[in-house]
Amino acid sequence: MPELPIPIPPLPTLHESVFMAIALLTVVGAFLVVAARNLFHNALGLALTFFGVAGVYFVAEAEFVGVAQVLVYVGAISTLITFAIMLTRGMMYGATSPLNRQAGTAAIIAATVFVVMAGLLGSLPWPVAEEPIVDGQIVIANLGVGFVTEFVVAFLLLAVLLLVALAGAIVLAQDRK
Amino acid sequence: MVPLTWYLTLAAFMFCSGLYAALGRRNAIAVLMGIELMLNAANINLIAFWRYGVTPVENVDGQVFAIFVIAVAAAEVAVGLALIISVYRNRKTLNLDELDILKG
Amino acid sequence: MDWLNLLVIPIIRSVVIIVVLLTGFAYLTWYERKLLARFHVRYGPNRAGPKGLLQPIADAVKAVFKEEIIPGHVDKVVYLLAPALALAPALLIWAVIPLGKDFPAVADVPIGFLWILAIAGVESYGVILAGWSSNNNYSLLGALRSSAQMISYEIPLGLFLVSILLLAGDFSLVNLVEAPRAWWEWLWLWIMFPLFFICILAETNRSPFDLPETENELVAGFQTEYGGIKFALFFMAEYISMITTSAIMATLFFGGYALPFGIGSDILPILGPFILAGKVIVLLFLFIWVRASLGRPRYDQLMGFAWRTLLPISLGYMIITALLTVFFK
Repeated sequence: MPELPIPIPPLPTLHESVFMAIALLTVVGAFLVVAARNLFHNALGLALTFFGVAGVYFVAEAEFVGVAQVLVYVGAISTLITFAIMLTRGMMYGATSPLNRQAGTAAIIAATVFVVMAGLLGSLPWPVAEEPIVDGQIVIANLGVGFVTEFVVAFLLLAVLLLVALAGAIVLAQDRK
Repeated sequence: MVPLTWYLTLAAFMFCSGLYAALGRRNAIAVLMGIELMLNAANINLIAFWRYGVTPVENVDGQVFAIFVIAVAAAEVAVGLALIISVYRNRKTLNLDELDILKG
Repeated sequence: MDWLNLLVIPIIRSVVIIVVLLTGFAYLTWYERKLLARFHVRYGPNRAGPKGLLQPIADAVKAVFKEEIIPGHVDKVVYLLAPALALAPALLIWAVIPLGKDFPAVADVPIGFLWILAIAGVESYGVILAGWSSNNNYSLLGALRSSAQMISYEIPLGLFLVSILLLAGDFSLVNLVEAPRAWWEWLWLWIMFPLFFICILAETNRSPFDLPETENELVAGFQTEYGGIKFALFFMAEYISMITTSAIMATLFFGGYALPFGIGSDILPILGPFILAGKVIVLLFLFIWVRASLGRPRYDQLMGFAWRTLLPISLGYMIITALLTVFFK
């Protein structure tokens, strides 16, 4: 049997194929966000991306953050954005381009940043410790303990921030007439 | 396990898409969506570094940060959309190029 | 073996559950029509088969053979996606509902509880997409109402779920059913049940909170442009979410697959799914009873009730539950 010039890469494991499928979903969603002309399609792409990111968290065994992502981003933030789009739908129709004058420059900048980052990512030796997580419940418990001990000040500030943001949003969006 | 660079590359792609949307789109809502994409990209990195760091079970700081980012993003979207709706009500437009009354 | 355990067995289980749910949906329509007829002192469907039992099949045949009409002014991709997205969340929740001891529907994940909360947040998408893509003012109003209503009622719902979680102290639904509860815990949970049920009615768009599809002001709202099998999918989504939420309520409040006082669960574990089904049927009766008895509120009354009544009550309930958990458990 002749030697193959290039060794056949090993088949992806189940874990890897799941990650690839989820990543593909995320990339398609992100592409829809930036490329679709219809604002509502952008919003749907955004929801798809958020879902994909939640999937990435599940693959990384961060279940709690994954669920928080679905709950907050897909359930609330995307719905709010579609809501705002419906309320401002006068903007939807018309022949104007969805892009502004600096879009070309922006595209070049974004592409350059991506090429540089991807190049750097591939070449750097990342020190990784691949430790298995046996029981996901312990992680969630540690997370909860962290919130009320080490990060308690930040946690309380976050609560205040959310309250202020809620009140501020109501005041801003209120019809004063 | 999945190589760490896969996570990071995905995050880099999302960040750059978000950057392009934030810089190149006309509609204020589309810009907001771009910002959300960038925040999510940062979150993927936080989670990936948490997972590949030492003692991920005991040391959950990466997840804590990710949760903070999610909560702050929620506040940001609420205020941002309220501003957008308020601007739309007053000016009947969300085209950021036309919202330039502060220009001298 | 990895593939077999991770993919093949869950797929078989999912298919079985979906088939059971679809049959359940078909007979739920029969159950509802018969019951409504009783409330109205009528007979209800009684022509197709004995006691009208073949009526659902006749309805299905009719829906399938209707002409497929896609109106010219719709956003086609989103329009076709919407019914599927309306149905998916109701089925997805079943992944974590325990059907019996050591016998979860698909998986006993450690975060089963949060899964319910997360999927409940996604449920509004089908309606929003349908309303938007129909490109019609009434449908859009329906979609707007639906998104506002679902977000508003999700907050008290979430707070009530958090309270249950505080009492249980465990994210796994199997442990929730298996763990023994003190009598005051049951009592405290049941006090909350009516309020929880109100939130569920709003989340599933059921009467009296079916304002996204009011036929007399919005000409069926988001469903206006849908016909034939696509309409049937929306119909299915509504009824299957009724079954799903009933199963959730049975699991959270009434011991799920277990009989009271732990009778028989160790002798015949196979009975679990049937006990759960029995509890679901009783809870479904509640849905239909409410539909037959109550009229629709105005939209501002609906939103006012969520923010001014339910939200403070649920917050207070959560605080008291936290105190009870700290001092008595």
